[in-house]
Amino acid sequence: MGPAGGTVAARRPGGRPGGRLARLTDRYLLLVYTGLAVIYLLLPVAIIVLFSFNNPAGKSNFVWQGFTLKYWLNPLGVAGLGDAVWLSLALAFLSTIIATILGTLVALALVRYSFRGRGATNSLIFLPMATPEIVLGASLLTMFVSIGSPPFFPLNFFTILLAHIMFNISYVVVTVRARLAGFPRHLEEAAMDLFANEWQTFWKVTFPLILPGIIAAALLAFSLSIDDFVITNFTAGKTQTFPLFIYAKARIGIPVQVNVIGTLIFVVAVGSVGITTLAQRRSRSG
Amino acid sequence: MGTLLKRHRWIAPYALLAPGILWLLAFYVYPAFQMFIASFWSGSLEKGFTFSLANYTNYTETINQFAPQYLRSIVYAGAATVLTFLIAYPLAYTIAFKGGRYKNLLLFLVVAPFFTSFLLRTISWKIILGDTGILLGPIKELGVLPEDFRLLATPVAVISGITYNFLPFMTLPIYVAVEKVDIRLVEAARDLYAGPWRPGGGIAGAVVAGGLAAVLGIVFAWPWPILAAGAALIGGAVGWFLVSESFIRVTFPLSLPGVFAGSLLTFIPAIGDYVNAEFLGNPDTRMIGNVIQNKFLTQNDYPVASALSFTLMAAILIVVAVYARILGTEELTTTGRV
Repeated sequence: MGPAGGTVAARRPGGRPGGRLARLTDRYLLLVYTGLAVIYLLLPVAIIVLFSFNNPAGKSNFVWQGFTLKYWLNPLGVAGLGDAVWLSLALAFLSTIIATILGTLVALALVRYSFRGRGATNSLIFLPMATPEIVLGASLLTMFVSIGSPPFFPLNFFTILLAHIMFNISYVVVTVRARLAGFPRHLEEAAMDLFANEWQTFWKVTFPLILPGIIAAALLAFSLSIDDFVITNFTAGKTQTFPLFIYAKARIGIPVQVNVIGTLIFVVAVGSVGITTLAQRRSRSG
Repeated sequence: MGTLLKRHRWIAPYALLAPGILWLLAFYVYPAFQMFIASFWSGSLEKGFTFSLANYTNYTETINQFAPQYLRSIVYAGAATVLTFLIAYPLAYTIAFKGGRYKNLLLFLVVAPFFTSFLLRTISWKIILGDTGILLGPIKELGVLPEDFRLLATPVAVISGITYNFLPFMTLPIYVAVEKVDIRLVEAARDLYAGPWRPGGGIAGAVVAGGLAAVLGIVFAWPWPILAAGAALIGGAVGWFLVSESFIRVTFPLSLPGVFAGSLLTFIPAIGDYVNAEFLGNPDTRMIGNVIQNKFLTQNDYPVASALSFTLMAAILIVVAVYARILGTEELTTTGRV
């Protein structure tokens, strides 16, 4: 019952009351839990990879029948799959480039300038992310249908592209803005003091510094676009992207090749994120 | 160009904003407005549509007709949000406080599922939850469960699918919030006699977990007394062992913005989802998203479909507006996806 300090000192050596059990749960229970959670998160991915080596008897690829490499050796050997994959890649590529440029400009404006309408701009950026995908897709569909009288505006690659750029802009703005927030402004001021004009300052100082943020945003936009199902479903008409191909085949049995392509996309995506991370780490330490 | 910019400096931000903002006005704001107009249409895709305010019946009739699907969407999305919170919090906490040098790797593993197709992941759960699948097959083999017990094509499967698919949306914001908690505050709390065990922790955990299981049990007509008792035991044990007074009084309150952000980022996509209900459910688990998709893309009933999805959008925007008023949008947009 001494002064407070004494009690604290007395408690320290023995650790906290309930010491050993506390330390054990603290150290291991949470780690074991985290391991289980990661297994839970990756289990479906493992199933996708595993079933790309399956040799199903019928059309449905739901039960493990035996190992084969034949679908890996012929990954596009289903009618329509190759076209769908190329279409998805083209779509992701174009929408990423356009959305990354537009979104980066918006992020620059939001971080670098104070202007009237800033709050409204922030809300407008935020709203598409707070709207369920089905509502985004549905409203685009009603707009396309309202243009012209029957037979109405044709839905095709172009309408999907407009939609993908739309939902990607917000994610690009948010990602690039996060990177710009801690931006060292004094480097730009130094460049300007050394007689660089605004154009030169941007390309020689600002752009290289925010490039990692832009790359991260582009990777995110690409992965969102290539995997989008719901909005694409509403804006595609008869056009078929890779996710729409999967959806169409789900009723009659998904070909094993779809798992092969899914696995390839996973490997490439993980690889490119890994490479960018390593490159950034190296450039930071080097 | 430089001199022009200097003379009219105020133009610069608007010039940068213009292309992106115009794109969003043209392909987000205007279509939403058009959908509102379309909800007062009558007619068909072949003959064309006509606008009339008298078609407000598109709202009154459909809301009556599809009230069960609306309600089900709220219940499923709500249950999935609570479950993702229960799974994500300890995960985010561990990564933030005990991750050490594996922090980035663990975060990467959390978002890794996003690198495969959303549809394929959902279909994978069909394989996992199948009647004789990886999960139930061995258990049935042991004779613990009756032959006709099933998970696939039940509400449980739909809710687990949603929980799985949106788990990263909950984990990342919580991680960001927990990461920011100053560890010195926690130490200070401990030094100020915040005991490692909160006396009520066990009881609180038991009540929360047991209550949740009881509600789920009643909603889905499961053998709920056993489930609830089991969950209460586990929750109590977890609460007793892990929940310390410093956690309850310091860490958890400071991480609440992340919890709110994560809940919104999970609930919004969950309530509009129709993929999980379609692949993992049955006709009695149809959510409002399934109805909207079917009316738009199969029946071409645009007026009614527009009314349904405008109602969904309005309801969500009200929730978001209340949220933004109370907590601000900054927290949400800075802790969004990935």
